[in-house]
Amino acid sequence: MLKSTVDRVAGATPHALAKRVRGLSDRSLAWLFVAPSIVLLLAVNIFPLIWTVRLSFTNFRVNRPNAEVQFIGLKNYLSILSDKDIWLTMQATAHFLIWTIVLQVLIGFSLAYLINKKFRGNDLWTTIIVLPMMLSPAVVGNFWTFLYQPQIGLFNYAVGFLTGADPSSFSMIGDVSLAPWAIIIVDTWMWTPFVMLICLAGLRSIPSSIYEAAECDRASKWRQFWTITIPLVLPFLMLAVLFRGIENFKMFDLVVQLTGGGPGSITELTSINLKREAFEKWRTGYASAYAVILFVTVFGLASIYVKALNKVKQR
Amino acid sequence: MTRFFNGLLHLRRGAWEMLASALIAAGVFMLMQPFALALYSWSFVITLLGTVMFIIVSHFPE
Repeated sequence: MLKSTVDRVAGATPHALAKRVRGLSDRSLAWLFVAPSIVLLLAVNIFPLIWTVRLSFTNFRVNRPNAEVQFIGLKNYLSILSDKDIWLTMQATAHFLIWTIVLQVLIGFSLAYLINKKFRGNDLWTTIIVLPMMLSPAVVGNFWTFLYQPQIGLFNYAVGFLTGADPSSFSMIGDVSLAPWAIIIVDTWMWTPFVMLICLAGLRSIPSSIYEAAECDRASKWRQFWTITIPLVLPFLMLAVLFRGIENFKMFDLVVQLTGGGPGSITELTSINLKREAFEKWRTGYASAYAVILFVTVFGLASIYVKALNKVKQR
Repeated sequence: MTRFFNGLLHLRRGAWEMLASALIAAGVFMLMQPFALALYSWSFVITLLGTVMFIIVSHFPE
């Protein structure tokens, strides 16, 4: 069957083309196959990047295509880096970033430590825990807005049940002091399983002989945890922290769906703010400079991430 | 510490990568800290310096 298909394709290839392809070296053939991907990469990734950098030095506005585009040097960068509102947005992002990472690492590692123990239904529990990670952020954002409803929301009801407070007396996404925590809770709920999986991989990579040797030396469980488990899982934890850090620095969809950056601009993270500058205020040049700043930051973090990844690989 | 400075002097990748990583981390911290606007203003320069340095020094010998 396969042979006949191959023969049919070979037979259908024009003789002149077949002759030309046969005349190519292995290296040329390799380039021929890779070239479409490289062209696509250049067109979709590299060209827009270079164009964004170019635009960041201009006063270009995409909603005024006929206006004269002027080169304004570093003015956009200086303006962004002295803007107190953007600084506040960065702080909101930092608050989100720090708390999500702390909670996800603590809960994720604890879950991984529990799941790593052999017990009945181990696989079933792992699957259940991993489920939130598989959902779309838009779906998660949407159904958490229902859970956070003061009148009918299950979250408010649960808090009311546990604390005795009136469920309709507070609104997680409508209150200035609670909204930042609302997005932290949802992100933690969604991405803790990811951290758990990485920690689980780290825990399962520790040879049991090390623990057996520690048992022979009469090391307590507590000492084994601090001198064997933690140091050996640390590179994996670092990896999880960096990965979640980079992802949450770019966080957009989940927060837009949940709060839309509000109330006011209390949950307006950098990506949301950037989108507003680019597609609501139409300050394309300014937004390009903003995007370049975020890109360099993420690129820098990604460099450290790759370095950490190589260290884990070397283990 | 001596090994780190020797690595810097002899253009070794490990030491320079550590320095570049420290600059990137400092830049990110400066970008997001709530203490001083001046630190925020200089954060991009520091991050860019660290990132460019990281790209260059990753070609240094081990």
